[in-house]
Amino acid sequence: MSDKETSTAIELLTFQLADQEYSLDIMSVREIRGWTKTTPLPHAPSYMKGVINLRGTVLPVMDLSERLGLKPQEHTDRNVIIVVNHDDVMTGLLVDAVSDIIALTADDLQPPPEMQANTSVNVVSAITLIDERMIRVLDLSSIVLSVQNNAA
Amino acid sequence: MSESNDPMAEIRASFFIECEELLEALQDGLQALDDGDEDPETINVVFRAVHSIKGGAGAFGLEALVRFAHRFETVLDEVRAGRMSPESDARKIFFQCADHLSDLVRISRDDGDLPKDETAKLLASLDGLLGETGAAEEEVEEEEIDFQPAALSFDLDLGDEEDGGPDLPDLPALEDLPSSSDTGFTIRFKPDNDLFETGNEPFHMLRTLDELGECTVTCHLDELPDFDTLVPEQSYLSWTIELKTDVDEAEISAAFEFVEGLCTLSIEKSDASGDAEEPDVPEQPVTEAEAEDQPKDVDAAPEIPPLAPVDEPVKDERPEPEVTSQPDGAARPKASPPKASSQAAAAKSVVRVDLDRIERLVNLVGELVINQAMLSQSLESSGLSPHSDAMNGLEEFQRLTRDIQDSVMMIRAQPVKSLFQRMSRIVREASSAVGKDVRLNTEGESTEVDKTVIERLADPLTHMIRNAVDHGLESSEDRVAAGKPEQGQVNLTAAHRSGRVVIEVSDDGGGINRPKVLQIAMDKGLVPADASLSDTEIDNLLFLPGFSTASVVSDLSGRGVGMDVVRTSIQALGGRISIASTPGAGTTFSISLPLTLAVLDGMVVQVADETLVLPLNVVIETLTLTNDDVEMVRPGANVVRVRSGFVPLFDLGKELGYRDPIEDYQGSVVLLIAHEDGSRAALIIDSIQDQRQVVIKGLDDSFYRAPGIAAATILGDGQIALILDTSDIISNAIGVGGTAASQPSTGLTA
Repeated sequence: MSDKETSTAIELLTFQLADQEYSLDIMSVREIRGWTKTTPLPHAPSYMKGVINLRGTVLPVMDLSERLGLKPQEHTDRNVIIVVNHDDVMTGLLVDAVSDIIALTADDLQPPPEMQANTSVNVVSAITLIDERMIRVLDLSSIVLSVQNNAA
Repeated sequence: MSESNDPMAEIRASFFIECEELLEALQDGLQALDDGDEDPETINVVFRAVHSIKGGAGAFGLEALVRFAHRFETVLDEVRAGRMSPESDARKIFFQCADHLSDLVRISRDDGDLPKDETAKLLASLDGLLGETGAAEEEVEEEEIDFQPAALSFDLDLGDEEDGGPDLPDLPALEDLPSSSDTGFTIRFKPDNDLFETGNEPFHMLRTLDELGECTVTCHLDELPDFDTLVPEQSYLSWTIELKTDVDEAEISAAFEFVEGLCTLSIEKSDASGDAEEPDVPEQPVTEAEAEDQPKDVDAAPEIPPLAPVDEPVKDERPEPEVTSQPDGAARPKASPPKASSQAAAAKSVVRVDLDRIERLVNLVGELVINQAMLSQSLESSGLSPHSDAMNGLEEFQRLTRDIQDSVMMIRAQPVKSLFQRMSRIVREASSAVGKDVRLNTEGESTEVDKTVIERLADPLTHMIRNAVDHGLESSEDRVAAGKPEQGQVNLTAAHRSGRVVIEVSDDGGGINRPKVLQIAMDKGLVPADASLSDTEIDNLLFLPGFSTASVVSDLSGRGVGMDVVRTSIQALGGRISIASTPGAGTTFSISLPLTLAVLDGMVVQVADETLVLPLNVVIETLTLTNDDVEMVRPGANVVRVRSGFVPLFDLGKELGYRDPIEDYQGSVVLLIAHEDGSRAALIIDSIQDQRQVVIKGLDDSFYRAPGIAAATILGDGQIALILDTSDIISNAIGVGGTAASQPSTGLTA
């Protein structure tokens, strides 16, 4: 969802993960809901928190910090689940706190600098600066898809 | 839901859905004929089904389908007209044709390759049937054709009156001049627009009149406007019919019985009838060529073609007169379908609904049930008096919810009839492949089962039916030698039994040859060579993977896919399968299935603070352990003693990775579970909470598939509980099924 076309308006939902700021294209966000207890799935990878009841559908929830290899965070009541839709698959992403919605153009986005071949590098599709804060734009497909590959 | 933008594609799709229904009616009719039903309506139904398919196929330019349906229809019409009696050979060919017709429909739908050889072969068989009655047919042909012009001839007002008559070239009735007792009637008939809209056809009335006596039909075209001002839905034509007959007025008006109020009709006795006809008679032997030429100079010319195709088979006329006898042809296409559908409507009125919508409704009702449970829970915990209004209202609400749930489940339910019909085809094909004379008897076709169950039952059932024909029944010679009728019987029955559906496939063959089965099992190393097994145990060997009893692997069955596959698919539906066999008298396979895949009778248990649901049908017993019951086979592998046997013991909490294995078994609650394959296991749980129906929610396993988990459900408190797939858990525990990414067993997901 990170369009590189010039001057395309983009809205990003920014949120906190382990004291860092991340963001997602708002078009893929369905809703944000408070933390509820998950039902753990047996033998699931540690970042899979389990499933919750989202108005009658069974929604898998993953801890995004753990998924990105960040330090696992203590759960507080400010934790929220961002429900995202990718290729008609709904997934809940547990984040520390939602901060803001920012509007910018594709020009404001910079590709992430080439770094060592760390898996989490692909996950960030772009970075941008807002008020001297660096915000990482996440590539949702790599977060969700690689799970499918793991499980396949 | 994706809305198709192409209206034609939608119409086409609905045509194919309609075809399915027509094919079903066709099968039914043929089956009734085969059972000796002599009701003329039966053959009519068969005929109409083929005819409607042909009509629809024509509209979509499905030529191969039209051609085959047409020839099939021709032969059926012979039967319908009583000129051919459907002997058993003919009936067999009819069945084959019906099968082929459904193949063609399917192929046309999927744009597949047409099986030309097959078509040609069946057409030849059909022609063979016609050949036998060839003489009769020719006669008929003439008769019908003779008649045709009579019904369609009209006086062209643009020409002169006298020319109207010659349009009846060789009306047979004219040959024998009216006897003096005949009375003349003048019938004026003008159809209203409604007549066509309701699917009526003046042609049929004119034909009926023609059968009553000598009749001259004059069509009045004077109201017919110029082509560019013509309104297709408008009725412009009227007819004057001069009829000489010995029947009374009442009988004449009976011909118009169905269009009463839809037309302007007057029936008068005409004294001068004899004289009036006079001019026509001498000019009668006009050739068809003339008859055809005649109207060319008038704008009614398109109406004429029905006169021409004299040398085509009789059936050809059938659809065409309908098209051509009326210039206001736009009303025409409607004429045929309503006939067919009104037929169906009379039996049962049916609404066709997109399955997605029903799915959504089922989901919503599932929601409702869950919400209702949550509401009850919170009301109960609020400490209201059980006699308070709120609690009474809640009770009412619960009852309603349950009713709604039942009704919604019923929408998904479908009679097994379509499935059984497919099976009758399987029997026909299988029996001719192995050269046995087999009859399939079905019972309980109206038994309703969840649609998904029906769909997923087709393959296993096909396999079982083939097995019954191939292995179950003896060869004809053996049957005769055993004093049985030569024709083998395969019975397929369905019935509801205590909340489940039981489907039985039985044959009257030789039964299971147990010594042979045991021998094969021993040869293949499936059982130890010195094993002594009970009859039931031997029968159950058939379900072992890689077992095949046919000494000669036939074309039909024994392709290495055995009864084990059947059993696996039945189990995936939450069903059970069992065998009963009597040597010399036959074998019966019984499948017992849950009514629906959307709800499950479950046992709700607690393990390591998690709530889990087990399918109730696998739980056979609950026990409380003492340390003495548990024996260690080797470290980490324990068995529990249940009466005389030992059952492997698993700690569910450990198997699911929820906790470390418990050390002290004293007082542990254990569920004894048994699977269809006879395997048993004891699962340690913390406590049993409840037994109840739960709504099955599919887990999106494209994301992550948890081993040992079949589905999920939502509990009264809104929490999700996982539904266990016990056989998966156990095979994982034993290490058969592999690890986390084990083979997804289809489980309970609807």
